[in-house]
Amino acid sequence: MASNKKYWKSVEELKGSSVVETLGKNEFVADIPTDDFLGDKETLENSSTSRRDFLKYVGFTTAAASLAACEGPVVKSIPYVVKPNDIIAGVADWYATSMSDGYDFANVLVKTREGRPIQIMPNKEANGTTSARVQAAVLSLYDEKLRLKEPTKNGDAISWSTADKEIGQKLNSLKEIDAQVVLLTGTMASPSTDKVVGEFLATYPNAKHVIYDAVSEAAAADAFQTMYGTRALPNYKLENAEAIVSFGADFLGDFHGGFEKAYIAGRRPETGKMSYHTQVESNMSLTGANADKRLVAKPSDVVFSLLNLYKEITGQSVASKATPIDGEIKKLAKALKKAGSKGVVMTGVNDVNAQLISLAINKALNSAILDANNSLNIRQGNFDQVQNVISDMKSGQVGGIVTVNVDPSYSLPNAGEFTEALKKVDLKVALSVENNETVNAMDYALPAPHFLESWGDTQFSAGNYGLVQPTIQPLFKTRQIQDTLLKWSGNSTSYYDYLKSFWSTDVLEGASWNKALHNGFFKKTIAATVEGVAAVSIEEVALKLKNSTAASAMELNLYTKTGLGDGKQANNPWLQEFPDPITRASWDNYLTMSMADARELGFSNPVKDNGAINGDYAKVTVNGSELVVPVMIQPGQAKGSVGLALGFGKTFALKEEMQVGVNAYTLYKGGNNIQYNVAIEKVLGTHKFACTQVQKTIAGRHDILKVATLKEYNTVAPKDHHNGWNKPAYVSYDHKEVEAKTIDLWDEHNREIGHHFNLSIDLTSCTGCGACVVACHAENNVPVVGKNEVRVGRDMHWLRIDRYYSSEVETREEAKEMGLSGGDLYKALETEAENPEVTFQPMMCQHCNHAPCETVCPVAATSHGRQGQNQMAYNRCVGTRYCANNCPYRVRRFNWFSYSNNNEFDFNMNNEYGKMVLNPDVVVRSRGVMEKCSMCIQMTQATILKAKKEGRKVNVDEFETACSSACTTGAMVFGDVNNEEDEVAALAEDKRAYNVLDYLQTKPNVIYQVKVRNTNEA
Amino acid sequence: MKSVALHSRRTSVLLKSLTLLLFFAFSISSYSQDVDEVRQKEGKKLFKSLCASCHKLDKKLVGPALGGVEENRENSWLKSWIKNNAEFQKVNAEAAEAAQYSATAMNAFPQLSDQNIDDILYYTTVGEIKKVAAPGEVLVGGQVLEERGAPDWLIYFLAAAIVVAFLMIASLLKQVSELKGDKKSGVQSNLRRDLQELWVGVKENTFLKVLGTIFLLLVGAYFLFGTLFTVGVDQGYQPIQPIAFSHKIHSGENKIDCQYCHSSAKHSKHSGIPSVNVCMNCHKAISEVAEGTEIQWNGQTYGKTQLDKEIAKVYDAAGWDPEELVYTGEEKPVKWIRIHNLPDFAYYNHSQHVTVAGVKCQKCHGPVEEMDEMYQYSPLTMGWCIDCHRETNVDLKSNDYYAKIHDQLAKKYGVERVTISQLGGLECGKCHY
Repeated sequence: MASNKKYWKSVEELKGSSVVETLGKNEFVADIPTDDFLGDKETLENSSTSRRDFLKYVGFTTAAASLAACEGPVVKSIPYVVKPNDIIAGVADWYATSMSDGYDFANVLVKTREGRPIQIMPNKEANGTTSARVQAAVLSLYDEKLRLKEPTKNGDAISWSTADKEIGQKLNSLKEIDAQVVLLTGTMASPSTDKVVGEFLATYPNAKHVIYDAVSEAAAADAFQTMYGTRALPNYKLENAEAIVSFGADFLGDFHGGFEKAYIAGRRPETGKMSYHTQVESNMSLTGANADKRLVAKPSDVVFSLLNLYKEITGQSVASKATPIDGEIKKLAKALKKAGSKGVVMTGVNDVNAQLISLAINKALNSAILDANNSLNIRQGNFDQVQNVISDMKSGQVGGIVTVNVDPSYSLPNAGEFTEALKKVDLKVALSVENNETVNAMDYALPAPHFLESWGDTQFSAGNYGLVQPTIQPLFKTRQIQDTLLKWSGNSTSYYDYLKSFWSTDVLEGASWNKALHNGFFKKTIAATVEGVAAVSIEEVALKLKNSTAASAMELNLYTKTGLGDGKQANNPWLQEFPDPITRASWDNYLTMSMADARELGFSNPVKDNGAINGDYAKVTVNGSELVVPVMIQPGQAKGSVGLALGFGKTFALKEEMQVGVNAYTLYKGGNNIQYNVAIEKVLGTHKFACTQVQKTIAGRHDILKVATLKEYNTVAPKDHHNGWNKPAYVSYDHKEVEAKTIDLWDEHNREIGHHFNLSIDLTSCTGCGACVVACHAENNVPVVGKNEVRVGRDMHWLRIDRYYSSEVETREEAKEMGLSGGDLYKALETEAENPEVTFQPMMCQHCNHAPCETVCPVAATSHGRQGQNQMAYNRCVGTRYCANNCPYRVRRFNWFSYSNNNEFDFNMNNEYGKMVLNPDVVVRSRGVMEKCSMCIQMTQATILKAKKEGRKVNVDEFETACSSACTTGAMVFGDVNNEEDEVAALAEDKRAYNVLDYLQTKPNVIYQVKVRNTNEA
Repeated sequence: MKSVALHSRRTSVLLKSLTLLLFFAFSISSYSQDVDEVRQKEGKKLFKSLCASCHKLDKKLVGPALGGVEENRENSWLKSWIKNNAEFQKVNAEAAEAAQYSATAMNAFPQLSDQNIDDILYYTTVGEIKKVAAPGEVLVGGQVLEERGAPDWLIYFLAAAIVVAFLMIASLLKQVSELKGDKKSGVQSNLRRDLQELWVGVKENTFLKVLGTIFLLLVGAYFLFGTLFTVGVDQGYQPIQPIAFSHKIHSGENKIDCQYCHSSAKHSKHSGIPSVNVCMNCHKAISEVAEGTEIQWNGQTYGKTQLDKEIAKVYDAAGWDPEELVYTGEEKPVKWIRIHNLPDFAYYNHSQHVTVAGVKCQKCHGPVEEMDEMYQYSPLTMGWCIDCHRETNVDLKSNDYYAKIHDQLAKKYGVERVTISQLGGLECGKCHY
């Protein structure tokens, strides 16, 4: 129950640090450094500038500035010579397309303005989902620093025809001497491209196609192949699941990708039933944070407990070891058996044997959740084959290599070996969207278009086809990879024609191409292709697994972050500044370590008085490779294990600001995310983190989060005076306890006329993925401020996702009886912090009907609209920051600098290409003004205008904000409460609905729905 | 503003009138004696309405130049050809050959009578009636400029009144000083001394000094405030455009609808500057202006010679070869100078005003149909926006969107028709985001 829990945000808070307490009270952590210049008496006295002179200068500059302002700039307006029919300046066009960059795959809708893509949203009709990375991909399109602009040979520009001629000749001569040519691509999941590659291989029988994924899931694919015959990944129908058990599989994060929608669909408290999700893991992952029960175990114990679960389920005795969580595994087995075919087990351990055990458990359960028919094609990489290519190159067998959008020179654990071996290859060609280390090591660098500039198709899963269509004219002299390969194969067809004819013969089954292109997807019902399951000797598999699991004192679990993933978009400032959902740190990767280990090894994360967090460095040694990494103490990390994110430490051709973190791929031995026998040693130095976890805290206030169990939700009245899980707030008035809503500082206004917007956020459905955060950046031109500014709490995120840890303790009274208070109370909770519960809470301007910020603005720059939005007139704001000080939710952001056209900030608003992503309907704010969430007033106004122009009422559920359209789980619902049919009208009255800090009676227009967890184990 | 000619309206009117006066002073019209003016006029009318989109008199267009066509072809041949050339081709070999001239077949005009065709042909023969100057005959016309001001007698009267009042005060002062016991002296020196005394009196009177200072400060503040308020207000802004495009000719004289060219005004926040292909819809056929067309441009009068050059600029931009009548593909976008510049922090949507509210373009842009050279008519200040939002009742009844909200608001405010401001049109967030 809410009131019995203590919510906290950082480890320092548990120590009762006074700094954190002070930070809780200050909105603006940085004091104006008056002492710096006023305190220095000597300098002041030496200065020849008198006060009088100073005033003269001020007067002169003011006058000069006002005179200069009298001259307005001349604005040119240049229309098209021939206007394209479908473009009207000022009106957005939407296109359905698909993203596939080798790591992220999604059916998306792209918003374009005047022919420029400015936003990516999920194609909900195609059941598409977007993550922070998919949302941010639109900015990577405009990466003028990293993208290849023209074909080059050893750094010198050449024409496409010269490149074709030279490479063609070379390929033919290699064919004559039968020297091996390797086509090294990432996962493309594109059937037509597979056919193009087939033609290439047919033309050059000496060529072979090797698929390489930087983050390997080869084991899962191999295991699936062993059991089901095809090399793909199993799909999961989580919406039907009753019991989900995941052994380190971060399926709400990057594991196989895109399961959050189905997962949440199976967790609707209002149906009275929710799936019971258990996560067994060592790192605190996004999935673990959402789990109903999280079992903490070091990586080797995760593997053994998987074996033990198999034992419990089948009763078959297999090789294994005892783990500390065996008791829990027994309970888990019971729960899974009870769920039967509605139970499912998955594992993220990249080991064939572990994957086979997991598949065997599902087989034993006769799981209908695991879908072997509609298998996934999104990770086809084969790590061993890539290693074979390296040894072939070393032995001189490889005459030519063509890489397609891969960067093995960065992302292989033996990258140096690869780059060295390349030198022995005669013909080296890179086809790539972006410049990288691999491209640099090649003779020919041929630019490929970004997916937003390309034609193409996708087949994410067996029955799920998608089309890719260009949404902008190519920015650079690029040519599609498929066109290039077709040309080299002697096929003169353009890829567009090729694609069209391929679809009409092989995919569409007579359906319309235009319609498929318009929809962006084509669904095919697939016949049950998987008939039998191959018999595998589990005893043997288990024995192999046990033997290969070298339990050791310290183990490393490599993972990918929600923000940067495999590092492909490392030059994307939106993703770099995106705070990790768990640690809330941006611009970095770090070693996550349990509190116990940190104490033992002497690591700490002191909080500075400006809210910044520091860290110590550790030298991590794995199998001879060393890496010096800062340490971040992570509650919920298994003792004896550390975690480290891949995808950072990229330096080649990146902007200086983006060259952050360390390259953990060097420790990614054998493409395995678990590394045993890890040595950790503290080394000298202090690392400065850019972490927002204690900044903007609403500390010392209660009724921020409300959490209930499914049992409570189903049985207890929400407003029950004793046990209610959604009790209204009470305050003392005239020495009497009264319900807070009965008294008010402000006058009530009638809000029944016209629209009245509300945003409902369901904490049960919010997985904390952060797609909304990036969507908000794109929609509202939110600036990127950089690592140093984030560090001192000047991040500009209008929408942040607060992450709270909580620990179940006795009631307050009991704690008092124990003689605990303040910091001691928190200290007592520290043991609980070994495995805290995690709750995510998206927090943005609450659009209070009785807004404290509006009352204090001296210039009336912030005022209330009749439609419920708290409006901010930037041009009126003089920057007193009173409003931010008076905001109990800490959601107002001050522009300390101009972030556009300012050489100090080299992000997207400071170059011609990056500016193309800006939304022309929203102003770019200047220095010295306050800004905040506007509840996407530009979108609500556009919706209203559309209805007015068409002379109709606004349709039900037509209103959207950027965050609510980006939310794929449906956690965020936006709409008009004055329209009874609108979904949000019912949600506002729901028994789970509450307002944050409701005892203040600010009457927010953002409603939260109580988080419900399913603790019914069996 | 850089490179901006900020004309005073009055000066411009003055200049125009003077030019007109000059024009009429020297232009004398007299027609050649042997031309049947009525037939020529009739023929010209028919030619302009039926033929001009494909033919010119002196140049080839889609079809051949028709000036003096009767010299080459028989009148009867021409009649058959014009009435139905397709049929005529079947029976006449010469016609079949003539049809090879262009890939585009000519329309049939069975509605034309022989008389009509004769009129047209007469026009092609005599062409335009040339205006010839004849000395001694002066056409007096134009406007007589009158200084509209106060009549002279009033000014003299007022001046006299002031002098009299001054004298009265002086004599009054003199009497006062006499009563005080001053010696009488000469009138001249007396008056000077009185004035000096008056000045000294004022100088030593603290109250008057304070009053004067306050007065001066207030006047100063008033003018300063007024000056500062005009900063950034570009009413009358009239930059020099790359092409001398006259709205008066297009929208005023030829009555082309505003939204024919500014077609996105009804769909989008931008009214849109027409792309060159829209110009070419008409200018493919119109390569020169009519004889005698004149516009006022940047303080000068542009006649036919200059204006034809301006049309050539459009061809240049569109990549149109007026000789070969083909697009060359060499396109050059026209770099217009934007006149109405709202600051970035203000959101304005044309379609909201044009499509929903049905506001006439002229409401904000002024009498565009009378402007040769476009200028910013309205101040485009926030106060100006708000004034309109306060006053305007919009016909909301025909729009289903407003059905409910209008009734509710009308009841709340006790009015029959609510204003935009009552609808929420004054909220900051409606325009600033």
